[in-house]
Amino acid sequence: MNEGSFEVKVGLAEMLKGGVIMDVTTAEQAKIAEDAGAVAVMALERIPADIRAHGGIARMSRPAIIKAIQETVSIPVMAKCRIGHFAEAQILEALEVDFIDESEVLTPADEENHIWKHDFKVPFVCGCRDLGEALRRIGEGAAMIRTKGEAGSGNIVEAVRHMRMVQKELKALTVLRDDELMAAAKRLGAPFEIVRQVAKTGKLPVPNFAAGGVATPADAALMMQLGAESVFVGSGIFKSEDPPARAKAIVLATTYYNDPQKLAEISMDLKDAMEGLDIASIPEEERLAKRGW
Amino acid sequence: MKHELTIGVLGLQGAFAKHMVMLSKLDVSTMLIRYPEELDQCDGLIIPGGESTTMSILIHEMKIRDKLLEYNRPIFGTCAGAILMAAGSNDPRVTTLNRVPVRATRNAWGRQVESFLAPVNLSFDEKPFNAVFIRAPKLVNPRPEVQILGRLENETVLVQHDNVILATFHPELTDDTRIHTYFLKLIKN
Repeated sequence: MNEGSFEVKVGLAEMLKGGVIMDVTTAEQAKIAEDAGAVAVMALERIPADIRAHGGIARMSRPAIIKAIQETVSIPVMAKCRIGHFAEAQILEALEVDFIDESEVLTPADEENHIWKHDFKVPFVCGCRDLGEALRRIGEGAAMIRTKGEAGSGNIVEAVRHMRMVQKELKALTVLRDDELMAAAKRLGAPFEIVRQVAKTGKLPVPNFAAGGVATPADAALMMQLGAESVFVGSGIFKSEDPPARAKAIVLATTYYNDPQKLAEISMDLKDAMEGLDIASIPEEERLAKRGW
Repeated sequence: MKHELTIGVLGLQGAFAKHMVMLSKLDVSTMLIRYPEELDQCDGLIIPGGESTTMSILIHEMKIRDKLLEYNRPIFGTCAGAILMAAGSNDPRVTTLNRVPVRATRNAWGRQVESFLAPVNLSFDEKPFNAVFIRAPKLVNPRPEVQILGRLENETVLVQHDNVILATFHPELTDDTRIHTYFLKLIKN
């Protein structure tokens, strides 16, 4: 039996398509997420909006929190480690989390290197702002890519920017001649072989999800229509006034993203979404999307 | 004119797109099924892998359950799809459709770090099928009328009951079209 091969890692990412992955900080929240139809939960000590508000160093969650959540739900449990912090990742693998998010939401442990993800049996997801960043992470072994967006902002604008950028650069690659691909790889700062593969297929070789700022069913539908294959919701659910109803509405919106009538119907009875932040009001050095490269 | 086959793929959540790619390689038309009435338009149905809790909730929420219960054309359920078609499961969070007299045990091989690739022995072909198992269920206590089409060591991983096939693994994640071809033959007969 061959465990932990790249196919098996990407296989789980394939199973999560068309679904919603929700940030949770307690077993009770994990239960609400599962009951609402989440395809996975992200076990965290603090959701991004609170990390942003409280400051300080944000690290991997305590194992006890992760364990409690694993014991409560049957869906996959993900957890975040700091960028470059492979020892945190090793601990998460020992805890048998189903997916590790090497995440800019936590304080980076290494400003130069990301984790060499091929060394792990557990699959990784990484954030990106553009195609070059996505392909660098895939080169290191990421089995899923997501937009960075701007976590904890409740503002979809950065996720839209990142998703559009990836799609635009993907399309641009497909029209290049073979003799132009090396220069493209240089410009993107991405591994040549992966650039060549992507130029041929016009698609990332791993699933491409949306994250960072999703707060409403409409946000989820927008990201799906822009080409996301699933949606991560961080602060958007448990910072809203009605987490169970909002969670279910976002699950439905991710499946019926092309049906405005249905979207109107499922959004009808929702209370207030999280308040959210204008990106311009976030000082440059506090923007999470800028972490990692 | 000969009626061209159209296979529906339940597109509520999961690996539906991979099944559609596989079917188009086999030159059949496909349609995504997201509303109950769409089931009338397809000659066979695939229920893909994904999260069975999520699909179970959406099937209920969108009132697709009754239509699925009365759907009498061939069905192919993979992984979560197999759990949904079983007589029951070990997990009360999933409401199964009770179409095949076998019980499903969810995530029976363990968490993702235990997911694996392994050769499955098929009853209808000599060459083993290199199968991808992702947080896979097990099928247990099949009634005698259930035909075993595939085994991995002592485990039952591929079964047929009337015109329904269930796989606990993911043929749509490989390039091997034999199981989809087997399913298409069921439809044509």
